[in-house]
Amino acid sequence: MDFRFLGETFMTLLAALPLTLYLALVSSICGALGALVLALMRLSSARPLSLIARAYVFVFRGTPLLIQLFLIYYGLGQFRPSLQMLGLWPFFRDPIYCTIAALAMNTAAYGSEIVRGGLAAVPRGAVEAAIACGMSPGLRFRRVVLPLATRIALPAYGNELIVMVKATSLASTITIMEVTGIAGKLIAETYRTMEIFACAAAIYLLINFVLTRLVLTLEWWMSPDRTTRRVLEQIGETKVKVTA
Amino acid sequence: MTLMTSTRQNEPSAMPLPNDERPKKIEIEGLRKSFGKIEVLKGISLEACQGDVVAILGASGSGKSTLLRCLNFLETPDAGTLSICGERITMPASAKGRMIQVDRQTLIRIRTRAAMVFQSFNLWSHMTVLENVIEAPIQVQRRPRAVCVAEAEAVLARVGLAEKRHTYPAMLSGGQQQRVAIARALAMRPEVLLFDEPTSALDPELVGEVLTVMRSLADEGRTMLVVTHEMGFARHVSSRTVFLHQGLVEEEGPSADVFANPKSERFRQFIRRIEV
Ligand SMILES: Nc1ncnc2c1ncn2[C@@H]1O[C@H](COP(=O)(O)OP(=O)(O)OP(=O)(O)O)[C@@H](O)[C@H]1O
Ligand SMILES: [Mg+2]
Repeated sequence: MDFRFLGETFMTLLAALPLTLYLALVSSICGALGALVLALMRLSSARPLSLIARAYVFVFRGTPLLIQLFLIYYGLGQFRPSLQMLGLWPFFRDPIYCTIAALAMNTAAYGSEIVRGGLAAVPRGAVEAAIACGMSPGLRFRRVVLPLATRIALPAYGNELIVMVKATSLASTITIMEVTGIAGKLIAETYRTMEIFACAAAIYLLINFVLTRLVLTLEWWMSPDRTTRRVLEQIGETKVKVTA
Repeated sequence: MTLMTSTRQNEPSAMPLPNDERPKKIEIEGLRKSFGKIEVLKGISLEACQGDVVAILGASGSGKSTLLRCLNFLETPDAGTLSICGERITMPASAKGRMIQVDRQTLIRIRTRAAMVFQSFNLWSHMTVLENVIEAPIQVQRRPRAVCVAEAEAVLARVGLAEKRHTYPAMLSGGQQQRVAIARALAMRPEVLLFDEPTSALDPELVGEVLTVMRSLADEGRTMLVVTHEMGFARHVSSRTVFLHQGLVEEEGPSADVFANPKSERFRQFIRRIEV
């Protein structure tokens, strides 16, 4: 084992970490908003809206992310004149934006199913109590439905975030030099596939280690009572200090 | 029910005066409600004056909950005239054409003036006891936070839960949760309280603490409509009793009279069945 080489590789790859994090973060945020909108459309009583949401989820869940990415980056290039006319070309020419678009649209599809589950699991009684004290639909959603749905959906959504972090590695296929992209470049230069990819894998593992902890901490912080908190602590995943 | 033995101080409608000067808080006439093909309420008329405590009795499925839920428009009545705390609404006589939409501000006024307490408490589990109680006063009635907090602490003290204000509902017993729900209703400064079987989801040993609170509310002259299976409450606390049968008022009158000599055979059977 060449530990010096491993160390150097690790440091080189670490330089690409911000880009990987940027891709994951921006697409997760856009994707979460999209997921919420899709879930609301899906649950709405307006049939066209619900059908559109279902079709969207069907398409984006049923096709490979890699092909979605290629379609957006390479495929849309064919429509360059029209995109230029619409002023959208600078966006679709940029591989980073294309990656974010593909990741966000993909996670929105998966996420919407999780969010829908959360929204549907909000106790009917809590909503009725909100109606009964005169809350408008908007107020009700903001103060009662969304907070409760978030707490229900969070554990499952954490999974989706982990998937997203790993999916950013696909960006390397359209010339982006994030962690996997740099790893590929190093391998082309040195042919030391094993060490380099192991380092890359370790970096993803590290990100997801931190991410898992963040989600659990959030869950702990949001859990409405200490009983749930204690269970979370017993899972052994969190060692958050209980203050007060 | 040892708890129910003392009678109310002032029993205004036990002996209805010819000219009752008290303002009418609730007046319903010809209230109808169907779910699909099943007609649940078949023309209910009901009145409650200021200070009345009306017990609503009836077998399961007789439409008690539906009646109560129509009063604050948790269900939209199909027909009838409702006058709730000064808001008068006539529902379309026949379901020809669109359902009329009750205007939002009117709805808010009705719902904050007629506060509801549910069988299953329905507290908001992500909020502390205090947050549950101040939610509607701040968010719906838009009263200043400091005032709401002070009032909330007073109503919580009133239901005996002042020291629980920073606890979450999941950590309270059923009886305590229901008392929080009552405090939450009181915090809106309602003119009428609607109770839908407030003790039915409770373990027998917890029923008493909730009934005690409800009795103290009755004693201070609150207007209350109470759907209940607690015969002790109906007999000794409520001023009037309404017995529903298959969507119609089968028996109605001052509680003392109704229980002493029931006119309807069905009501007689009902009392006998429940009070064994
Ligand atoms: N949302 C609804 N959709 C369809 N049917 C309903 C609905 N709500 C109530 N019903 C029906 O209406 C009838 C009366 O129901 P309601 O809940 O008012 O009875 P209740 O007198 O409160 O009975 P209980 O003592 O069991 O609470 C029942 O047959 C019930 O099945
Ligand atoms: Mg009922």
